[in-house]
Amino acid sequence: MGEITPEDLERLCWLSRLRLSQEEKEEFLGQLNKILDYFRRIEEVDVEHVPPTYHVVDLTNVLREDEVEEPRPDEVLELAPRRKGRYILAPRII
Amino acid sequence: MGGEAGEERIKIGLEIHCQLTNLRTKLFCGCPADYRGSPPNTHICPICMGLPGTLPSPNKRAIEDGVAVAIALNSEISRRMTFFRKNYFYPDLPKNFQISQYDGGGGVPLARGGYLDIEGGKRIRIRRIQIEEDPAKLVHEGTIGDSAATLVDNNRAGVALLEIVTEPDIEDPREARAFLEKLRGILECLGVSNGELEGAMRCDANISIGGGTRVEIKNISSFKEVERALAFEITRQRQLLARGIGVRRETRHWDEVRRITVSLRAKEEEEDYRYFPEPDIVPIEISEDFIESVRRRMPELPDQRKERYMREFGLQEHNAELISSNNALWRLFEECVKMGGDPIEVSNWLVGDLISFTRELGMELTDPRVSPRKIVELVNLIRSGAISTKIAKDVLMESLRGDESPEEIVRRRGLLKISDESLLRGIVEEVFRENEGAVKEALRDEDVVNFLIGQVMRKTRGKADPKLTYELVKRNLERIAHGEGPSA
Ligand SMILES: [Zn+2]
Repeated sequence: MGEITPEDLERLCWLSRLRLSQEEKEEFLGQLNKILDYFRRIEEVDVEHVPPTYHVVDLTNVLREDEVEEPRPDEVLELAPRRKGRYILAPRII
Repeated sequence: MGGEAGEERIKIGLEIHCQLTNLRTKLFCGCPADYRGSPPNTHICPICMGLPGTLPSPNKRAIEDGVAVAIALNSEISRRMTFFRKNYFYPDLPKNFQISQYDGGGGVPLARGGYLDIEGGKRIRIRRIQIEEDPAKLVHEGTIGDSAATLVDNNRAGVALLEIVTEPDIEDPREARAFLEKLRGILECLGVSNGELEGAMRCDANISIGGGTRVEIKNISSFKEVERALAFEITRQRQLLARGIGVRRETRHWDEVRRITVSLRAKEEEEDYRYFPEPDIVPIEISEDFIESVRRRMPELPDQRKERYMREFGLQEHNAELISSNNALWRLFEECVKMGGDPIEVSNWLVGDLISFTRELGMELTDPRVSPRKIVELVNLIRSGAISTKIAKDVLMESLRGDESPEEIVRRRGLLKISDESLLRGIVEEVFRENEGAVKEALRDEDVVNFLIGQVMRKTRGKADPKLTYELVKRNLERIAHGEGPSA
């Protein structure tokens, strides 16, 4: 794995829907490459005989019965910054 | 690439999304799952809206549903499955990620492998089955071009979906449709998903021609549209290839109104979704006992039913296949057999005239006027020789239109078959007298014999016993040939 290039950063911004200024781009590019270096160091550890961890707690099958809990939708809906009637407004797509 | 006219093999793979409509609640929260007809954003809670500090927990019944489908599709059920986050930004995802499963990066979906045999015996392999949540519904104000904002209704967000992905084994649009119809029959038989509900079963398709570039078609909102969308896409790709233009790898959108596919965007590469294990949901272990308990509760599946009909009742494969894969038909068939109807004859009437008559009348097979009693009476009337098959067709049609049973119609209209020999002999003689020329020809030409029989049928309005009529006509002709009078 090489360096994170300015092109990689552009793509990341697009995927994350972020718009950065030129100064921010320069600043973050340095920081991101430092983070990458950090992971490179972690990768040096020999983990060949260690099973991968996908979950930090040793639990399985925390399931729920199929029973309705009456929702209180208005309390949640009030949190939406822009609304129209009962709809939530999002920026135009397509 | 390019317009090489070589081997033109079409490869189609399907990705089917079906809502688990038998669930009362969503996949990870207790919000009611039945969102249809509800005002916007009434089935929402902090969990399905992804508010900080909330904890999703999987619906046990969704796992049971998934296992049942996996068993039915002969898939290998994972003993330990995990949920992953699929990240993308779009207004239909309140959390900015979808809780899904992932067959890669250490992720394990509900099931892998499996197959479904479609009519004609062709086997379509299944790649994987996974459980995930449905996104929200977006409403665009005005036309798509000029609407300033998108309206979001999250009632659907978080409803449990089963994603079934096939291998690219399908070779034409008709096969795709046959596969989907068979799948739908299985899902409905298991009671996990009701395809009658709008949007409950959706489909994306991958298609390539002659080993060329793969194009994905999204937004096929019903199984019926799949055949059309694929047919259009094949024509489009062929035209490009014929003109020497390469097919671009892309995602296209099926426009149901204009009936064309339109380019959507350059396909996002898979890694762009930045899948990673869902930290809020612990792995799910599926034990042998769990699988067995699901299996025990499963109803008879269409293929098992088909085998049984062939074995137990001696039905032809074609009839057995058609009847067993249609819920209304097999219920009707079994009722008829229970009432003493001859299974083979009942099956012939069901797959033949009953299907075409109800279609002609615009009736559903579940209409109360389509009763097993009517079919059984009809079959018995023919069996006992009371009416001819030809009359039986009219009687069935009339009986389907109203409430009268076949026996009642036959009695009221006096349609009993004329098998009284002396009565029929008189009619035959009459026909012979009226058609002297034809009689002479009939001595040499077998086709004209049929004409004479047809005349007898006409005079009796189809009620003459065909076998007896044939015998009488032949006997009369022989007498004439031997120089005797027309009748003795
Ligand atoms: Zn909820």
